[in-house]
Amino acid sequence: MPETLEERVIRVIAKAQHIPREAVSTDSKFEDLNIDSLDGLQILFALEEEFNINIPDDAGQRIRSVRQAVDGVAALVEGTGESVNMQ
Amino acid sequence: MRRVAITGVGVVSALGHSRAAFFESLRLGRCAIGPIESVATDGLKFHCAAEVRGFDPLQWFDPRAVEQLDRSVWFAGAAAAQAVEDSGLGLRGPRAAVVTGSSIGGKVSEDAVYRQLYAERRTRFDPLTIPRVMTNASASYLSMRYGVTGPVYTVSTACASAAHAIGQAFWMVRSGMVDAALTGGTEAPFTPGMLRGWEAMRVVAPDTCRPFSLERRGLILGEGAAMFVLEPLEAALARGVHVWAELRGCGMSADAHHITMPSADGAAAALRAALADAALDASRIGYINAHGTGTPANDATETRAIRQVFATPPPVSSTKSMHGHALGAAAAIEAAATVFALHEGLLPPTMNYLTPDPECDLDVVANAARPATIEFALSNSFAFGGLNAVLAFGRGDLD
Repeated sequence: MPETLEERVIRVIAKAQHIPREAVSTDSKFEDLNIDSLDGLQILFALEEEFNINIPDDAGQRIRSVRQAVDGVAALVEGTGESVNMQ
Repeated sequence: MRRVAITGVGVVSALGHSRAAFFESLRLGRCAIGPIESVATDGLKFHCAAEVRGFDPLQWFDPRAVEQLDRSVWFAGAAAAQAVEDSGLGLRGPRAAVVTGSSIGGKVSEDAVYRQLYAERRTRFDPLTIPRVMTNASASYLSMRYGVTGPVYTVSTACASAAHAIGQAFWMVRSGMVDAALTGGTEAPFTPGMLRGWEAMRVVAPDTCRPFSLERRGLILGEGAAMFVLEPLEAALARGVHVWAELRGCGMSADAHHITMPSADGAAAALRAALADAALDASRIGYINAHGTGTPANDATETRAIRQVFATPPPVSSTKSMHGHALGAAAAIEAAATVFALHEGLLPPTMNYLTPDPECDLDVVANAARPATIEFALSNSFAFGGLNAVLAFGRGDLD
């Protein structure tokens, strides 16, 4: 089964943070995952690379949870028209 | 003024990833110069260097730190871990300092992202680029690693960086400004751009490094780090820990002469300043670890400088013939070699030495380590830009 957008975001965050995927859920807050501001920058960079999107600085600063990351990426991906399995 | 003991020594160099491997290589006269493996050398005029091979940062750092730190900081961290463990000293707090030397900072990381920008036309930059590339990254990392909250900074004076750094740390401990210091130098210069730059200067040997030898054809680049823990001698004796050597003095000078051509007068001034700072007569010095790059200009000029200061020069060697010229780390690695000479009673050799050069008429310790019980030794560092620093060391068991 192809990976959903949500699963892709979780995979990217887990890899950037060097934590198991199982430790990350849609409901995880960055704070709970020990993601500090510099980690957050790395995650934004990794998400941009994964989805070939550009996340504006102010939008990036507002992302503080996995759900916000998923929603933000989904909105940007729709904008680029990239085909993503949204399930 | 306090006396200053060296109670921790750590080395990562082409001669191995530990102090023990480094010392053993000096003892045996092992030369780590070989074909360059980390960078493609197609079209380059030289193909040899003294690289740190097989270094696994995961032995020293967790995977996240490995990603966040440049190769130069890997070396600094590994050398510092050895030195701190060796000394058994807690450096935490405001009464400790970290002073590191580095000439070029995070060049390997910088080269990787510039390649993405210019060659691959990528539009996104790794967000860790700036903290990875900054020249003070090693000092910052070490302060966080050990909780050092006193003076923490990096000195950048090309090939003398580590000598200026160690000198500053030494003076802070001697004066009582701090009670402990972690100091040394680090460098990781192997990138296509840096190799091209050195090639264009026409100072790199096509074969190997032969300091003070008539057949010398230039320097051989190296990399690595060496770090030291300094503390007051009295404190070290009270703790009952091993004292590798005593740091006795530091002398600095500038040539104010030429951006690349060395001046004998400038180098001699630094030698005299180091002797004065250590309150030592030149006749007390039993060994000089030379800057000895292996270029025609340096070795002849350094010889003249030594002859200006010493009526009868002591034995001299350049260990760059074994571990290469590690630029901003050179003075730290060579300080470790000087500590070795004092501690082991064995002068490390100048390897690859063939024929004496009349312009380098010194007692060169050639091709094999020489047993010699000595009390005091100097280590010379003379940088491009005419910036000189000389460190004076004493054996650790002197009254």
